[in-house]
Amino acid sequence: MSDGHWDRNNPAERARRLGRRAFLRRTAAYGVGTLALGDLLAQGRELDDVGSRRWSGVVRPPHVAPRAKRIIQLYMAGGPSHLETLDPKPKLAQMHGQAMPESFTQGKPIAQLQGQELKCFAPQHEFIRCGQSGQEIAAIFPELAKVADELCIIRSMSTGAINHDPAHTFMNTGTTISGRPAMGSWLLYGLGSETDDLPGFVVMTSTGKFGQAQPIAARQWHSGFLPSQFQGVEFHSKGDPVLYVASPPGVDANRQRDVVDAVRRLNMMAQQELDDPEIATRISAYETAFRMQSSVPGLMDLSGEPEHILKLYGTRGGDGSFAANCLLARRLAERGVRFIQLYHRDWDHHGEIKEHSAGTAREVDQAAAALIIDLRQRGMLEDTLVVWGGEFGRTPMAQGNGRDHHIKGFSIWMAGGGIRGGMSWGATDDLGYEAVENPVSVHDLHATLLHLMGIDHTRLTYRAQGRDFRLTDVSGEVVSSILL
Amino acid sequence: MRFLRGATLAFSIGLALLNGVAQADDHVDFLRDVRPILSDTCYTCHGPDAGTRKARLRLDTRDGLFSERDLGAPVVPGSPEDSTLVERILSDDEGNRMPPPKSGKNLTANQRETLARWIAQGAEYRGHWAYQPATKPTIPAAGPWAANPIDAFIADAHERQQLKPAPPADRETLIRRLSLDLTGLPPTPQELSTFRDASDPDAYPQEVERLLQSPRYGERMAQYWLDLVRYADTVGYHGDNHQEIWLYRDWVIDALNANMPFDQFTAEQLAGDLLPNADRRTKVASGYNRLLMTTREGGAQAKEYEAKYAADRVRNVSSVWLGATLGCAQCHDHKFDPYASRDFYGMAAFFADVKETSVGEQQPTQIPSDDQASQVARIDHLKEAVAQQLGTWTPTLARSLDRWEAERTMRGSRWRVLVPLTVDSDQGAIAEFDPYEGWKPHGMTSEIETLRLSLFSELSLLTTLRLVIQPSKGAASVENAELAELSLKVGGMPVGFAHADAPVLRRGGKPDSAIDGDPSTGWSFATVGARSTELILTLQHPIEVSPETQIDVQVRLAKPLNARGTIFRLDSTDDAADIQAERALPEEIERILEVVTSERNETQRAALAAYFRTIAPELAASRAALSALAVEKQRIELAMPTTLVTESMTEPRVVRLLPRGNWLDESGERVAPSPPTFLAGEPPGDHRLSRLDLARWMTDGENPLVARVFVNRIWKLAFGRGLVATADDFGSQGATPSHPELLDWLAIEFRDSGWDMKHLWRLIVTSSTYRQSSIESDELRQLDPDNVWLARQGRVRLDAEVIRDQALAASGLLVPKLGGPSVRPYQPAGYWSYLNFPTREYEADKGAGLYRRGLYTYWCRTFLHPSLLAFDAPTREECTVDRPRSNTPLQALVLLNDPIYVELSRALAERVIREVASDDIPGRIHRAFTLLLSRVPRSEELAVLADLYTRHQADYAGDQAAAEALLNVGERPVPHDLDAIDLAATTSVMRVLLNLHESLMRY
Repeated sequence: MSDGHWDRNNPAERARRLGRRAFLRRTAAYGVGTLALGDLLAQGRELDDVGSRRWSGVVRPPHVAPRAKRIIQLYMAGGPSHLETLDPKPKLAQMHGQAMPESFTQGKPIAQLQGQELKCFAPQHEFIRCGQSGQEIAAIFPELAKVADELCIIRSMSTGAINHDPAHTFMNTGTTISGRPAMGSWLLYGLGSETDDLPGFVVMTSTGKFGQAQPIAARQWHSGFLPSQFQGVEFHSKGDPVLYVASPPGVDANRQRDVVDAVRRLNMMAQQELDDPEIATRISAYETAFRMQSSVPGLMDLSGEPEHILKLYGTRGGDGSFAANCLLARRLAERGVRFIQLYHRDWDHHGEIKEHSAGTAREVDQAAAALIIDLRQRGMLEDTLVVWGGEFGRTPMAQGNGRDHHIKGFSIWMAGGGIRGGMSWGATDDLGYEAVENPVSVHDLHATLLHLMGIDHTRLTYRAQGRDFRLTDVSGEVVSSILL
Repeated sequence: MRFLRGATLAFSIGLALLNGVAQADDHVDFLRDVRPILSDTCYTCHGPDAGTRKARLRLDTRDGLFSERDLGAPVVPGSPEDSTLVERILSDDEGNRMPPPKSGKNLTANQRETLARWIAQGAEYRGHWAYQPATKPTIPAAGPWAANPIDAFIADAHERQQLKPAPPADRETLIRRLSLDLTGLPPTPQELSTFRDASDPDAYPQEVERLLQSPRYGERMAQYWLDLVRYADTVGYHGDNHQEIWLYRDWVIDALNANMPFDQFTAEQLAGDLLPNADRRTKVASGYNRLLMTTREGGAQAKEYEAKYAADRVRNVSSVWLGATLGCAQCHDHKFDPYASRDFYGMAAFFADVKETSVGEQQPTQIPSDDQASQVARIDHLKEAVAQQLGTWTPTLARSLDRWEAERTMRGSRWRVLVPLTVDSDQGAIAEFDPYEGWKPHGMTSEIETLRLSLFSELSLLTTLRLVIQPSKGAASVENAELAELSLKVGGMPVGFAHADAPVLRRGGKPDSAIDGDPSTGWSFATVGARSTELILTLQHPIEVSPETQIDVQVRLAKPLNARGTIFRLDSTDDAADIQAERALPEEIERILEVVTSERNETQRAALAAYFRTIAPELAASRAALSALAVEKQRIELAMPTTLVTESMTEPRVVRLLPRGNWLDESGERVAPSPPTFLAGEPPGDHRLSRLDLARWMTDGENPLVARVFVNRIWKLAFGRGLVATADDFGSQGATPSHPELLDWLAIEFRDSGWDMKHLWRLIVTSSTYRQSSIESDELRQLDPDNVWLARQGRVRLDAEVIRDQALAASGLLVPKLGGPSVRPYQPAGYWSYLNFPTREYEADKGAGLYRRGLYTYWCRTFLHPSLLAFDAPTREECTVDRPRSNTPLQALVLLNDPIYVELSRALAERVIREVASDDIPGRIHRAFTLLLSRVPRSEELAVLADLYTRHQADYAGDQAAAEALLNVGERPVPHDLDAIDLAATTSVMRVLLNLHESLMRY
């Protein structure tokens, strides 16, 4: 950021900027040579008080006691049917084939079923009581059933947009208008990161065979009006794991180091000449970039993972599968990444929902359960919040032998990070149409997630276009009943 | 006055504390000091939004502040102790105190004092500055530093702030700054040295003129404008499909280069279709109304998206021209500014006539280039001449018609039905057939159906076949069906056709496609009403047949469903004469011919004459000329680019005030087009306002916002910071201007110059203020850390596109072509893999497309090119007034590793090696500094880089393969006349240069 572009929302930053300038001048005055100063900058952490390269967040101290340090969101893109996954509805089965009572649907938005006859469609999978808690989960998740006592199922979600793209934008940013920051960007802005070598907000994507692979836009992890340092960074399982992370052909690590060193030395000289405070930031950005060039490949290299862990997740890595991404998510979490978002784009089941939901469930069940088990055995589950869910649910009404998009009621689950496991919260009506008991909006969900991370959602704001924006817009209540 | 007991005491103490303050003579300015506090703290409940207003009290109007209420007036001028506002903000009773604790708002002690002091000083009230009419302020007296009135205002403020301007920037810095600001490109070494060495005092103004006249100026300024209007090459939502609208981008570049006045620039974009002199250029400009994000998602609801599009347009037009956040008024009256929800929908209604597809693909319009337009005009002119010739009835033609009729009568009909014996199909279609009617297929379900007919002929010679296609009674017209292929076997032997003709051309495709042996191409055909269409197939050679000869015809139909209900018939003839001249006659003509010549009426005679002119041998040459012209015209039209333009519907969409923005709720009142009423007054009741009215209202000279907003944005481009720091918000939550008189002076100067954008630029860049050094003195750092008072120039990180363009220019690879379709530079494989409907592979351009300016890069909204994105280029989903300017590790990765920067480093290395005497390493570095940074390297810089060169030369000498691998990056061929080791080591040095912080900055 150059003149006039640093964050004047944050008085601390201003002080730090001035302080950093003072520091640079002071060291120069005391005769510390430019290279020595460069080394200091390169080491980083010591400089926290005078302007570290690492953003440490605006929420200091935390607004509330944090229960989680990081979030892994298993984003089931396409809109999983709550009726085939987490929300048992025997009454809907009884009504199969009958007309959907109009009292449920009058005046409600509908996507592809516009203008068609609306008929009830029975849930396609059996539900099983699992664990000591007796949580009811569809039989297509045999592995998740084994960790049911860790899960808190919310059966009363609702959202505000009925098509994929706006619904994703709503789930990620709290509004359907483009240009607002994603939740991960808010978290990074609020809390900073715990890693110097990796981005603090990482996104990975996988596809499956059953659910149309609806497109997903980079807007979903964009930092909106927040500076782009808070943007989510995509990790890819094919090609360079992070864009441009590999040195050019013919340039090995030593040669790259030489170039980066020369850049640093010339930047230091420019600093003497121009006294531009952005130069120090630039120098540390190059150091981080150079470290990422080795840390990212190291992260992606699963050869050090023992066989039983690979078996647990059901992957050998490198295949871009959801399972491989789950394992990488754990590795990212271990390295201090704040927000990890795994999209699995396979849940848009307009037809053949019985077979297709079972198929997609197979793609995610084992690895999602493995992630919980693996985090638990490493003692990380208690401060890692895992969230599983999509952008919306699906209609109780038939669309052929599938279901259409549905926003009035759907389900998600959460685990770890201060969440009370083995419980469910809220309910839809008898036919699974509308969340009627303890409804939870997307803003409520966001408020709860921020709360668990130590943030009061009404206090994490950023001024843009003349008003203070926040992730939860103008609403949102923490769902305190599901917290430990 | 009635006070609560507890409150009274606290209040008295509070007032006592304030006493000293109230007497202080520090003048409190309402707009600068008071209104921001009220806006931030009070307007949420006591502001413009009637929906959330508490206690029917508003503090954003004169009335609200000063009117008597039950408990007294909120503000009693001169008398804080009688003002209920003061009472409430000082109260220590939680239930009484304002703002209430649960609002989360707070007043600091200073703010309370300010409010009280303002009242004590007489509570002078003014409306929000941005909405006040601008009057041209007096230019302050100025000393010799001031080069023009801008400097007089700036110097005046310096004096009040006790600041001194920085010394002028050195010439190298200045010319690089000017060149980057006006054209987005660095000066060439030639331009640099010319200016550096010039002794002419007019050298600088001459440089300014040169750069303002450069076509690169339009590109640079367009880049900013395109951010505002959210120009992109894809639709934005869901599948984010491609859409063609680059002609609009080129129009912007041209308009800016031609220095189109800003009022015209505005009118053409908003209402280019409605202008009295509308032409294809203004239509292209009206593409502005089509730049918003649209969707093609199946299952998306039209009404929902109509509401989204309406809101999108209001947000954009109000951000771009009014600096207003009118989008906030979609669901409720604006919380801070006097925009009512009705104003939002009034603005939306201006665009309700814009023809568009709510959900689905938008209809493009072909727009000819100048050259294409003149070619088409020439062809039309020629066609008209030929058509006139063809339309003229002459005695010669009359004789020819008589002769033709006589011959026809003698010969009789030459066509005989080829009688079907069996019909079967590949995909299960069945056909009813009647020996003389023809055959009618049923049950066609697949995409392709092949019918096989076995037929016999009553004639003993086959010369020509005729396929007649006739809708059966009551069936709909056939649309867009396609005969993919028709083949013939006689006695088991394939027989070829010489050509195929469709005499009754009804929007058909190319007849020859049906006999070209390629089933993927075909003749598409249509019928209108009950009329038939037909295809004449001339055999390569006449063939003798008998009724026993087996004749097999295979008819392959594509899109057979479109041909449902159609009767096909095959005829043949043994006539060896040139049947082209005669063809089958239209039914109407056949009927006329049945009437005896003398009994034909005038209409029939005219119809026959008209028909005969289409076949008369005497006119064959003219007809050939006409069809050649038609073909030529079609060829030109096919090559015309398309774009989205605005077409006005006669029945505009109904715009209703949507309660809480909910598109499902149609209970709101209908709203007519109208600009915000607090600015424009009530709209006329007698006619509907148009987009053109909106454009004219915005630039009518009375509107206080538009000129202020625009000059502030140009100012920001020139200094890195606006006179109003919030260039995106001129409302009451925005910043107040640092130099209000200068802002107004510039706004009025801009307006009075005839909205002359280059004049505005010229004024700014020739000022002493602009020409100052940007280096900050220690003292200034303390006094003005944000550079509000401009006692130095700003330091600006270059825009994403400019970073690229600068490297292209320095290396000499820049392809300076102006305009054209967007280009595709290298992009990492798989970057678009999350796109779908359809999935697509990014294919980088070859050659010139790789080296165009960044502004021409294909702008994919959901996955913008990652190099641009890393340097904060916006996705252009919404209006972007201020790009963030971040400083991140990802930027380092781009400059270090993106193949284009590696390739450009190598090209720069090649260039300096060739331009500098061999093996003069410092000379090369010197040259590169000149090309990229417009300065000479310092000796310690030279030392570092020369050292790097030496080490990498030794290193690569031991690893030739690595050197070659590095040089092979990018499409540009590796030069074989240069030493690979030398070039690789020099490339390393150039990589360092492209990565320097200084290379990313303009100082």
